[in-house]
Amino acid sequence: MERVERTPAFSLGYVWERERFLAAVMIAPAALYTIALVGFPFVLAILYSLSDATTGDPTVRFVGLRTYGFLLQDPVFLKALQNTFVFTFASQILVLVLAKILALVLMEDFPGRRLVRFLILLPWTAPISLSVIGWLWIFDSVFSPLDWLARSLGLLGRPEALLGPEQNLYWLGRPFLAMASVVLVQTWRILPLATVILLAGLTAIPRDILDAAQVDGAGFWRRLFQVIMPLLLPVMSIAFLFGFVFTFTDMTVVYVLTRGGPINSTQVLASWAFFKGIEAGDLAQGAAIAFFLFPALAGLSALVLLLARRAEVS
Amino acid sequence: MAEVQVRAITKYFGEVKVLDDVSLATRQHEFLVLLGPSGCGKTTLLRIIAGLERPSRGEVSIGGRDVTGLPPRARNVAMVFQSYALYPHMSVAENISFPLRTQHMNRDAIREKVAWASGLFGIDRLLKRKPRELSGGERQRVALARAMVRMPNLFLLDEPLSNLDAKLRASAREELQTFQKRIGITTIYVTHDQVEAMGLGNRIVVMDKGRVRQIGTPLQVYWEPADTFVATFVGSPPMNLVEQGGVLVGFRPEDFLPLEGREEEDVERFQFEVTWVENLGAERLVYGKTAFQSKNGRVVSKLAPNIRVALEAGKTYTFAVPRLGIKLFDRDTGTRLRGVPIGRG
Repeated sequence: MERVERTPAFSLGYVWERERFLAAVMIAPAALYTIALVGFPFVLAILYSLSDATTGDPTVRFVGLRTYGFLLQDPVFLKALQNTFVFTFASQILVLVLAKILALVLMEDFPGRRLVRFLILLPWTAPISLSVIGWLWIFDSVFSPLDWLARSLGLLGRPEALLGPEQNLYWLGRPFLAMASVVLVQTWRILPLATVILLAGLTAIPRDILDAAQVDGAGFWRRLFQVIMPLLLPVMSIAFLFGFVFTFTDMTVVYVLTRGGPINSTQVLASWAFFKGIEAGDLAQGAAIAFFLFPALAGLSALVLLLARRAEVS
Repeated sequence: MAEVQVRAITKYFGEVKVLDDVSLATRQHEFLVLLGPSGCGKTTLLRIIAGLERPSRGEVSIGGRDVTGLPPRARNVAMVFQSYALYPHMSVAENISFPLRTQHMNRDAIREKVAWASGLFGIDRLLKRKPRELSGGERQRVALARAMVRMPNLFLLDEPLSNLDAKLRASAREELQTFQKRIGITTIYVTHDQVEAMGLGNRIVVMDKGRVRQIGTPLQVYWEPADTFVATFVGSPPMNLVEQGGVLVGFRPEDFLPLEGREEEDVERFQFEVTWVENLGAERLVYGKTAFQSKNGRVVSKLAPNIRVALEAGKTYTFAVPRLGIKLFDRDTGTRLRGVPIGRG
């Protein structure tokens, strides 16, 4: 220590004062992390998708775009591609509308507001695979509490009932209901995050502006659509981006609830890539399927960030 | 154009009483100023009149109609906020036309009105800009234009000049007053700045701790304060208060002058020990002590530059106050005593 002080020219302390050096050191962990966990797998996936690698023989032998050509003629893949968009957009539109309503309600002052805020955040903190198993029981083909509720309300299980004469709806056994179930669970899962994001955005709108709109004669809907929504747009687009990315790439909900069924009616790209690439061992095809996620994610991210930036500036 | 009547308004925020039995009434075309230190409840009162807050007790009527429970949009009042509260995502034209669009006015009428209001405030060349592209003074004009465009019953202003720099503030004051005179809309203006209040108001409502202390013309409030709060809040430096014979004797610093040359007038004399002289160019402020206990520890004299008497710190001079300039206040409650000035039978 003392020697360092006597010879300041070689002191380590001065090295830290060089901003360029310091900046490089501080960015390094993030950069390494990104390269190791994003960059490397990404490049590897591209290589695999252009090869005929399998889990039994992971050597990369290039076969060109053969796998892609094969995929585009595969009806299951096309179905999964379509399902991915349905799954994502249906759940995210629901999330945005519900999160908006929830956030507006939570802005109001009412007794127990803190408790309600806490409860709404809970689904986000629960481990997703466990909570989805909970949903699996809710949608059970025989013991579903939803069916039980519908039966006791007289909506199900009688010849003239609204939902049909059977004793059960078989949520996960019919294509449309299965997709609806998956969308519902994903909505339930993303809703807390979106609500918190929107709540933060709402809190940031100056009270004076809302007061001014009231004095200027605007009613609830006009204030909502002409003042609050435009001011909230950047934050809403961020919430949408997060939800979109989480949903587009997600396979947990589908994997636990339906495993893509019935007859691939809830198959999405992420689950199909997993089934093909890992469970069936066709690394090339798995990688190629997963690669189709990339353009949509990249394009949407760029678009939303651009929008958010423009709204921020104006 | 309408008169506002506020009757016995009390307002609690939780346990805190921010307004305590406040009553006042405006007159036709009046420019009424609510003046008081921050936290005195003046902004809350304005928000209650606008309908943004509900009073805990009491009534508000505008133009003879009881509006106490009605929302702001049922009142046809316009308000300018301290922050201007322009809609950041709308252009100037859209901001100004917003109150008209809420009334479902047709496009041509809106265009005409916007042109009129923006012309009135000299902002017609800014119509396409967004609020962030405007200077403070321009924003303030947009806020005024937005408030005026639909010819409200009542014009409410919450410290609209406090975000402007000192130079702009003086010219804005002048414009605001000329404009209000021309349009003739009853105006209630909130400020903590007594110079603004004196310069703008037809009448001033002085408030403190949720209560109305005095309502009067600027001259009444200045020269005939109702109590020691008004006496010391209005005027810079504030009225001197010295304790003499069980009462508080108040006199304005500009009335407290060297005796020299005024021996013949009807004056009350004081021995004044000068402790500090501050020459501000346009005036000299002389601080010191008299033989009597003083409310805020010292007595101030304000001398116009044409009074050239040499005064030095550490010396004692004879000063005098014209008897008409002396106001008496109760020592304990601070209220004005309508008695006879001292020394007169």
